[in-house]
Amino acid sequence: MKRLSVRKDSYYDSVFLMLAARGIKGMDGVAEAVVAMATPMNVELLGDLGFDKAELAGLSPNDLVVAVEANDEGVMDAAFKEAFDALTRKKQAAAETGLARVGSMASALKLDPDIKLAVISVPGAYAAREARKALDAGLHVMLYSDNVSLEDEIALKKLAVSKGLLVMGPDCGTAIVNGKPLCFANVVRRGPIGVVAASGTGLQEVCCLIDRYGAGISQAIGTGGRDLKNAAVGGMTSLLALSALAEDPATKVLLVVSKPPAPEVAERVIAALEASGKPAVAHFLGLPPRPDRGRVAFAADLEEAALLASRLALGDDSPEQARASIAEDSGNDRYNRPRPGAIAATAAAEASRLGPGQKYLRGLYTGGTLCDEAMFMAHKELGGVYSNNQVDPAWILADPFKSKAHCVVDLGDDAFTAGKPHPMIDPGARAERIALEGADPELAVMLLDFVLGYGSHPDPVGACLKEIKAARAAAAARGGYLPVVASVTGTEADPQGMASQVAALEAAGVVVMPSNYRAALLAVEIAKLAQGGKR
Amino acid sequence: MSAAVKTLFANELRAVNEGLESFAENLVKEGARAVHVEWKPPAGGDLKAVAALDALASRASVDIEAANAEAVRRIQAAKPTVVGIGIAADVVPGMAKDLILHAGPPVAWKDMCGPMRGAVIGGLIYEGLAKDAAEAELLAASGKVRFDPCHHHDAVGPMAGVMTASMPVWIVENQAFGNRAYCTLNEGLGKVLRYGAYSAEVLDRLRWMRDELAPILSEALALRGPLDMKTIIAQILQMGDEGHNRNRAGTSLVIRELAPHIVMLDRPRESLAKVLAFLNANDHFFLNLTMPSAKCTVDAAAGVEGSSIITTMARNGTEFGIRVSGLPGRWFTGPSGVIDGLYLPGFGPQDAARDIGDSVITETSGIGGFAMAAAPAIVKFVGGSPKDAIDITLRMYEITAAESQSYQIPALDFRGTPTGLDLRKVVETGILPAINTGIAHKDPGVGMVGAGLVNPPENAFRDALVAFAERYTK
Repeated sequence: MKRLSVRKDSYYDSVFLMLAARGIKGMDGVAEAVVAMATPMNVELLGDLGFDKAELAGLSPNDLVVAVEANDEGVMDAAFKEAFDALTRKKQAAAETGLARVGSMASALKLDPDIKLAVISVPGAYAAREARKALDAGLHVMLYSDNVSLEDEIALKKLAVSKGLLVMGPDCGTAIVNGKPLCFANVVRRGPIGVVAASGTGLQEVCCLIDRYGAGISQAIGTGGRDLKNAAVGGMTSLLALSALAEDPATKVLLVVSKPPAPEVAERVIAALEASGKPAVAHFLGLPPRPDRGRVAFAADLEEAALLASRLALGDDSPEQARASIAEDSGNDRYNRPRPGAIAATAAAEASRLGPGQKYLRGLYTGGTLCDEAMFMAHKELGGVYSNNQVDPAWILADPFKSKAHCVVDLGDDAFTAGKPHPMIDPGARAERIALEGADPELAVMLLDFVLGYGSHPDPVGACLKEIKAARAAAAARGGYLPVVASVTGTEADPQGMASQVAALEAAGVVVMPSNYRAALLAVEIAKLAQGGKR
Repeated sequence: MSAAVKTLFANELRAVNEGLESFAENLVKEGARAVHVEWKPPAGGDLKAVAALDALASRASVDIEAANAEAVRRIQAAKPTVVGIGIAADVVPGMAKDLILHAGPPVAWKDMCGPMRGAVIGGLIYEGLAKDAAEAELLAASGKVRFDPCHHHDAVGPMAGVMTASMPVWIVENQAFGNRAYCTLNEGLGKVLRYGAYSAEVLDRLRWMRDELAPILSEALALRGPLDMKTIIAQILQMGDEGHNRNRAGTSLVIRELAPHIVMLDRPRESLAKVLAFLNANDHFFLNLTMPSAKCTVDAAAGVEGSSIITTMARNGTEFGIRVSGLPGRWFTGPSGVIDGLYLPGFGPQDAARDIGDSVITETSGIGGFAMAAAPAIVKFVGGSPKDAIDITLRMYEITAAESQSYQIPALDFRGTPTGLDLRKVVETGILPAINTGIAHKDPGVGMVGAGLVNPPENAFRDALVAFAERYTK
């Protein structure tokens, strides 16, 4: 059978037409195919080939003719489709590899209709608008931007929940989706633990520890600090994420990490964990741990949260069993809790070299949650510490640029970052602060965090080694000694590499502890010895 | 689990990134797919315009998408065809002996730039209304002659765009819709009326064009029959023209179409040879055919209730103006831009007049600067490399509603040119239409001094958007 199709007034270059014809001539069941402009010569040719002369009459050279002879209707239809597709086929200038750049979100979605997530870090004043556009387009949103109003956050999350979409943020610095690190995040092993975290470096710390304990992360969903803390936001993102992880076949264990949530929100989160039917761990920073409830374990600190989740992922069935596995005397150094004896011995060795007049703990932090963890512990153990993150008004550090007594400072606080990069990106401000503290003869122990991963400085340790060494030398010159205690939040797969960062610290005489929690414990022990005069 | 989250978890991560570019680079390093948006604050941070954008997005009183689809359908369906040549007074609607048409939005004599004043002076002398420049200036200022934009009379004019009653004009008909557009015949380069020159040489040429060129072309065209401009424009884009600053292929094709008929005319051989030599010597002859073709194409899309497609862009050397399909009859203007261009020997930026002419109708219809990627021969105007030209065209897809079904760009794998300029997208992205243009000398009577690229004033688009939102929100 033979059939013609005409598209009036459509000019195509002859090379293009020949290519289209070649495409359909090569199809099974196609005997003859002509794709051509209807010039008198082509019309005559088509007539000679036996195509309907009546249909060919009246065509002009500006008309496109597709003529096909095929053995059945199906082949015929496919041939016409192929011919017209070939003529209108658009290959957008999209890089198959590498990073494509476009001028608008709409164009990005046109370029790659399979995009499912928008990562938004535009200035706060525009962030809600961009997030709304993304949600309207059916995208999940990672909202790194801060300075988004509470009203906007609530409206965005309501819209997101109505569409079953996640809004991670605002002010969400980190997440891991399908093993890919978003914004400030570490390269961690994939595995069965699903994390929901309303804190940035808290999420990074537990993910890195879980990686080190041999378990891995299925998804780590950041929620932004207000999600659980503010009753009006009501944990909308956290609850949606938890229900998703509860059903996610790749997730076997749930882990929630948050700064103190609003009480009613905390109850709903715990109820969601219980309803999941999966073993779960929750850690609410700064709140006394609750007794475990069914399959939900309540961890006292970030390290315990990571340990419990890892043990549950690696085969322990219940909180009791996991706690037994990680007990300080479990005999397994990789999984146990700190042995007070070992910490005390290290503390005593360091404190023994302190000079007279060295009294105070100074924690200089780049990670907000890590700072909080150290602050809460030191506040309790040392009878009070000053901090710009303090919740007790009596202990708020009036001038965050100047330490007093025992003091733990969050250098990522707005007071330090107004108009300047965050110290995780540019450690210069902390290096200066290390130098400043090093000149204080009352300084007894310095506590530091180093956060690796994407987004962070390429060499956070190297950026303040000179100041650390100078501070230690200055203490020695005064006839004393400066213990410096640190932890490194990272993995070997991070762009900076874990081992070389730790090695550089140890070469400078810094005591590197395997978690922020243990670093804080050791520093507090040293400070206690300094305070009590027990050298 | 929500279906959307399930899809997110179940598939390879693909993200769009707005803001810090390193976040996208890191995702790519870790093997994810990412597209980075070169984000700018919407409407340059103009809160009133942003509010208008948001109002249109959330509470429009009409289906803007449907209206734009209709406007685009009309642009795609247009069939511009050269049907003849006539005398302006006989064919251009409202044309009269005391009326001077000019390029761009409305402008009074006292506000006209140098080249336009020069062209008006030349036009008045050519019409016999004044005997010299001094008399012409007095007459122009007296209020005894009227000025009106070409665009108010279905016409367009390059540069100063001056059209007077006895000038011959191309008649281009949009055969899909029946509307017509008119444009004078191109005079060539150098000292010409459209650049404000009015010396004897300029006026003599205009008279020859009226008395010999136009009749000969008209007769040849009658022999040949109507010229389908859509097909010719589709071809020139595959021959290295973009339809505005480069017209060499188009002019060549027109000569091929007309020459066999010109030589058959019963006129002195010298007259016929002079016409062919004139066409051959003037690369830009085709521009005055492209412009009315573009004009009758986009005019068909004007007046669609609720459409935010821009149907006019035009400059008078003092102001740049736009008109929007859904706001018929209203101009939104801003100051004419300074052209970023290359200059002919002996001239520099200090000699340049501001952006002028109706030729930006080509960009409005989706060719010209929008089809820059089709014209590698003139990439020196836009940065020097073919990639610069391709980038310009790719950027125009950000602010247009569709891709031409007829006009295609070989270097982009025959992708259709960016078509249907959407006011909302211009304001949202802050990406301004890329406009190719010639540069006139700022003083009347000197002529062309260069060519280049110009940015239209952003405020014209923002003002139009605010007005559009006032008209079309609940």
